[in-house]
Amino acid sequence: MDVDLTEDQESFRETVGKFLAAEVPLGTVRELAHDTAGFDRACWRRGANLGWTSMLVPKEYGGASLSGEGLLDLVIVAEEMGRLVSPGPLLATNLVASAVAERGTAAQQAALLPSIVSGDRVATWALYEAGRRWQPDELQLEARSKGDGFVIRGEKSPVEAGCEADHYLVTARTGDGLSQFLVPADAQGLSATPMESLDLVRRYAALHFDDVELSAAAVLGEVGGAAADVERQLQVALVLQCAETCGVVDRVFEFTLEYMFDRFSFGRPLASYQALKHRFADMKMWLEASHATATAAARAVQARAEDAAVLVSAAKSYIGDHATRIIQECVQMHGGMGVTWEHDVHLYLRRATSNQVHYGTPSEHRERIAALIGMDEERE
Amino acid sequence: MIEPDVPVESVEAFQLRARAWLAENMPRAVDTELSAVDIDIERWQRERRLQRKLYDGGFAGLCFPTAYGGQGLPYTYQQAFDQEAVDYDLPFYIDVPTLGIIGATILEFGTEEQKQRYLPAMLRGEEIWVQMLSEPTGGSDLASVMTRATRQDDVFVVSGSKIWTSGCYAADYGLCVTRTNWDVPKHDGITVLIVKLDQPGVTVERIVGVRGDREFCQEFFNEVRVPVGNVLGDVDAGWTVVRGLLAHERDSMGGSSRYVSSIKMPFRGPRTAAFEHAIAAGSTRDPRVRQLVAEAHVMGLVQQQTSERVARAMEKGQLSPHAGALLRLMGARHGVRRSDIALEIAGVSAASWQPGDSLAGAGQFFIGRQGAELGGGSTEMQRNIISERVLEMPREVAADRGVPFKEVRHNAMPMRRGR
Repeated sequence: MDVDLTEDQESFRETVGKFLAAEVPLGTVRELAHDTAGFDRACWRRGANLGWTSMLVPKEYGGASLSGEGLLDLVIVAEEMGRLVSPGPLLATNLVASAVAERGTAAQQAALLPSIVSGDRVATWALYEAGRRWQPDELQLEARSKGDGFVIRGEKSPVEAGCEADHYLVTARTGDGLSQFLVPADAQGLSATPMESLDLVRRYAALHFDDVELSAAAVLGEVGGAAADVERQLQVALVLQCAETCGVVDRVFEFTLEYMFDRFSFGRPLASYQALKHRFADMKMWLEASHATATAAARAVQARAEDAAVLVSAAKSYIGDHATRIIQECVQMHGGMGVTWEHDVHLYLRRATSNQVHYGTPSEHRERIAALIGMDEERE
Repeated sequence: MIEPDVPVESVEAFQLRARAWLAENMPRAVDTELSAVDIDIERWQRERRLQRKLYDGGFAGLCFPTAYGGQGLPYTYQQAFDQEAVDYDLPFYIDVPTLGIIGATILEFGTEEQKQRYLPAMLRGEEIWVQMLSEPTGGSDLASVMTRATRQDDVFVVSGSKIWTSGCYAADYGLCVTRTNWDVPKHDGITVLIVKLDQPGVTVERIVGVRGDREFCQEFFNEVRVPVGNVLGDVDAGWTVVRGLLAHERDSMGGSSRYVSSIKMPFRGPRTAAFEHAIAAGSTRDPRVRQLVAEAHVMGLVQQQTSERVARAMEKGQLSPHAGALLRLMGARHGVRRSDIALEIAGVSAASWQPGDSLAGAGQFFIGRQGAELGGGSTEMQRNIISERVLEMPREVAADRGVPFKEVRHNAMPMRRGR
């Protein structure tokens, strides 16, 4: 969490936290594990009423941010959702909303944004392709020109909330460049197959494009010129992902530390053992650092700062490495119960692990940093 | 905390002025991670000159009150200055410990007379200080002070020895932690004295470090006479002063001190030392090396981001005042990791080299690696502080708690060996 939240942001955080604790406590999350969609549409709409789909959307389409810095406001929701491993395509839907708000035509914005803001429709980004890495230059799916429009044939996977989304933002190759398309879920020739997932309530699907025909009006931004948009989307996605992971780790650290005081062995609380205390000191350091780097990345992306790409990758590589490290340490602290289905810690570990590997693993981001800081230009 | 006057100049205007002044007046920094480890007397003289330049330019002691030669500005001005100062060679060794640790402690505990006498001279670069805490018999147990100060009329007579004081050979004054009462538990009989180093009975010896450096010193006090007016804080209540001093040390070393200009931004991106080593090793294309260079880059960023966060959180009371230990721990862990990375990138060049090879220092750097985890309090002590003071986990059992110090078992003074 940012140490400099405004009073409004602080009270919004409390509202969101209370809402989630009441509507989707961990017991409900466990029940939703057996639900096909993994989240409840009615609950999503109530959340949308609180503002969690409107932060990145302009006023004329029903959007509103608290502070004027919508991404920083949305980060608060992501963190609170992390603290309760909440269901719902927060990142996916807001990512599409943000892309449409930033690059969409008036017609695209009018068609999509109001229903996203109201919570009636959810959307997602179809970026990944099976067997390929996340980097845009590795994408192979092609949108071929046909008349004034395009035809897509192939597959995208995994796509978050791929079976649940009403709209997709599809990134595809057109000739030498990248283009993006807004595709409704009921488009002719498009089908989604559910996948299995590590996170109990976050759903993924494989999208099959069987000669899906798209008009020119479906193009978001410029044909062949989407690389910068994709970069921006990745940055927004990573900021929300890192914020959520911070919330996850925060909560695990909190309940594990509490447990150290409650659990006795050899007549002493576990919290009194130096061997364990020192591990908590390390964890506290990693935790504060994770929050610090997540905040720096969020502020940079919000401000479209020049170094946003590096800061985002730094945050992802650091948090990706340390979040699961902290949680696994906490599993160890819980002893045998830590590796049971019954204990909640695995719900958190699942979310953090899933986040660690989506939108680039820590080492992939380190490689990205190496390129961004100019290592390619150095020859000796 | 001393409330600064409301400044006339905005932070932005100040920052621009600082930028222009630095460009005009201060030398550019060089990353010295792998270069000479010895500071030596010329460097100390250069430190004094650089500090004097800052003072004359109106940029010394930004957060020290104007009454004592400072600028009386809020912390935001210091932070703005830090951003500008990152590429310049600032008098780091005067910043820490003279200003950041000892100046801050005198400001907190000193009498009006002491503040008037000592702070302006520090800010002008005229008097360099060291802190005399550790003793050969004490290790991490700082309160087990054996250096004896006995009151005789209007002086304390001091005898004993202190160790691990960096740069004492070049210093003018020491803040010396002594024992004045042996009949009470260890924390209750301590007195902090201001000791002039150039006087009869004080002997300073330089210790040769594993890298061949001679920066650490050991001092011997043989019936040194210190005026009673040189007590900082109260007699027998010196542990309060020491705790304050240690907090200033953690803030200074960790990067959250308002009294320090030169250490906040250890990261001189985009080129970290690791990047420079990769260039020197011709391995910027090696995927393994790229991972390490990026990791070093991330460590630099994260250290800086965490320093800012923790300082802010402590200021707002969201984190314990002891949270500076988090930054000390991180600085130490990162230092160790950077040393490992340097060794890995340098490869065989770390172990055998031609004169002048730019990777030659990597091996030496590694040999002294643990210094990062020992200096300014071992990482084990930082972890104790974090777990006990920040996370409020139970304190360690201590056999000397509540026991008069003279009855506590302690180590015998080790024999001095020939060097």
